[in-house]
Amino acid sequence: MTTQETIVSNLADVPRSNGGGVETFVLNVGPQHPATHGVLRVKMTMDGEYVLRAEPVCGYIHRMHEKMGENRTYAQFLPNTSRIDYLSAMTYTHAWAGVVERAAKIQPPPRAEYVRVITSELNRISSHLVWWGAFLLDLGGFTPLLYAFDDREMILDLLERITGARLTYCYYRIGGLYNDVDEEFIEGTRKFVHHMRPRLKMYRELVTENIIFRKRLIDIGPISQEMCRKYGATGPVIRGSGIPYDVRKAEPYSAYPEFDFEIPHFREGDSMARYLVRMEEMAQSLRIIEQALDKLPSGPVMAEKVPRVLKLPAGDYCYAVEAARGRFMVRIVSDNKEIAYRAKLRTPCLSNLSLFEEASQGMLLPDALALMGSLDLVIPDIDR
Amino acid sequence: MLKLLSTEPVRLLAFLVGIMAFVGLNAAYLVWVERKGAGRFQRRPGPTEVGYAGLLQPIADAIKLLSKQLIVPQGVDAALFRVAPLLMMAPALMSLAVIPFGPSLAARNINVGLLLIFALGSINVMAIMLGGWSSRNKYAIMSAARVVSQNVAYEIPTLLVVITMIMITGTMNLNEIVRQQAGAFWHWNVFRVWVNPLMPVTFLIFFICMLAETNRAPFDMAEAESELVAGAYTEYSSMGFGVFFMAEYANILLGCSLATVLFLGGWQSPFGILPGVLWFLIKMYFLVFAVVWVRWTFPRTQFYGLLNLSWKLLIPVSLFTLILSSAIMKLY
Repeated sequence: MTTQETIVSNLADVPRSNGGGVETFVLNVGPQHPATHGVLRVKMTMDGEYVLRAEPVCGYIHRMHEKMGENRTYAQFLPNTSRIDYLSAMTYTHAWAGVVERAAKIQPPPRAEYVRVITSELNRISSHLVWWGAFLLDLGGFTPLLYAFDDREMILDLLERITGARLTYCYYRIGGLYNDVDEEFIEGTRKFVHHMRPRLKMYRELVTENIIFRKRLIDIGPISQEMCRKYGATGPVIRGSGIPYDVRKAEPYSAYPEFDFEIPHFREGDSMARYLVRMEEMAQSLRIIEQALDKLPSGPVMAEKVPRVLKLPAGDYCYAVEAARGRFMVRIVSDNKEIAYRAKLRTPCLSNLSLFEEASQGMLLPDALALMGSLDLVIPDIDR
Repeated sequence: MLKLLSTEPVRLLAFLVGIMAFVGLNAAYLVWVERKGAGRFQRRPGPTEVGYAGLLQPIADAIKLLSKQLIVPQGVDAALFRVAPLLMMAPALMSLAVIPFGPSLAARNINVGLLLIFALGSINVMAIMLGGWSSRNKYAIMSAARVVSQNVAYEIPTLLVVITMIMITGTMNLNEIVRQQAGAFWHWNVFRVWVNPLMPVTFLIFFICMLAETNRAPFDMAEAESELVAGAYTEYSSMGFGVFFMAEYANILLGCSLATVLFLGGWQSPFGILPGVLWFLIKMYFLVFAVVWVRWTFPRTQFYGLLNLSWKLLIPVSLFTLILSSAIMKLY
């Protein structure tokens, strides 16, 4: 079994009982490795199958998004945000549109806010579905990936109808939405909600209750609350460690205060807890979508009087959203120009990855990779 | 002319060609079955492009593999690197020589057939270990170490089950074992609960061990692609990989044949219709289908889970069945 020893900073301190300090080798997991789902490189100092130290090496897909945010107008940068975490593009554009609206004191109409909630939650489900399939792929199960993509296809079709894109949406605009949703979208979303609930039950029976699957996750890769705080982890990772922090409740934004939903959290802190959080979150997202569809107000979807040339008053502005992987925050420092003086993008995956080094110490390689899968990393989101 | 054909050397040659063709054809088309099966389980059509229903796909794959360069990386033990795939393939081919496909259809009907199969079967471990070790690749070496511990753990319950079978049947001649299961299906060893009430469990243990020994999911530690890239086969290209790949299917074929012979009555027909060979193939392919089914349903086990399963569950249970059946034999 794995041994969760105390943290060692020096290899010579690795206790002998762990078999450590005797003979080690460096194993490169990535930048091209099936388990890293992208160009993340993890330099693992191994003792046999035991991971003594796993050092993530970032930067292989650094694209200077923050700098790009500082040399183009606010509207021009909007599509960039959807490329940061491509699986959760809606929520990311939401944060950028949100911060500019907050600074320029633009109030999007209620219909726009509701549609933002619906599309963000649909996007969250599709993101979790990709994670679910890819995580099972990490654990050696192929079939769930195809099931997940089957369901995700329905979401993509719905979103494609109204946004024109299937992955990197740029649907939210500063002050509202690109265009209104129609009856077909609303009906299709209702149909999807009815379709998805039994599917989640099927997922539970097929995967969650599978004995091999449970044995690979339960009590594997525990992450303590202390560790979460230390590295600033957010999202399902801390909710799996028993901290019910969710930006949608903690710093309510958009139309979220108007809906009744729960923040699923589990105290165990192991890979299974993080898995269950995400599965439960999909059910909660369905709940939100259903309520939003029922209460969807009529009216315009774009605020009046959004200036063509947008100059934010000088100051320091923040806006955070709960993306599929955790808290995504945009900070803009403006000096009363058309272009931001400083654009800071606080992405959840970088913080979530940071705790991997500490959390994976002393684990067996397959368990460490299962832990990495349970963190749900999107590599461009780490490097930005 | 007829006299020449019936001589022993010619008969053996015919069997040699026959077995090689059988294994080659199966290795190619089991890949197709696997891909089609996986497609069905995953709600997609599987291969459809090359030939009708993708039936020419294995041939296209074979041509692709053959036309590629066999890269022997710098610094590897070139001889062992080249020998390893052959060591994996050859035992499976040789073992099929004693499998009785029909009442009189076995290349060699020898009295120690079962022993021969297990003696040759142990070479597989060596092959993967050599392949991994000689590759000079960290992933491959880790995989090689896993394979050894896995196979050591699973040989024991397999052999315990086989000893139980030998005790019950009193022979190591596979044809004789099949002959003892004559009659309707409840005469098959798997259903002979009056000989040993745990017979179905024994069959299950044998099947699980067979999956583990052929390195099939959920026990595919050696080729755990999400952890070790391609495990012991990481450095292999072209037909070096191709032979490993074919050998995997040849070993499945062998394992399923053996399970059919030992437990499912081999070529015995349950209804007295159709020739024996056909029944043998039906039972064997049913087991092959089960193997494919298992692979596309379960995630991979962690290897300590796998060792725990063997040492804490399979070995005690198979020891218990061994003692139980010897006690029953002593009493009656």
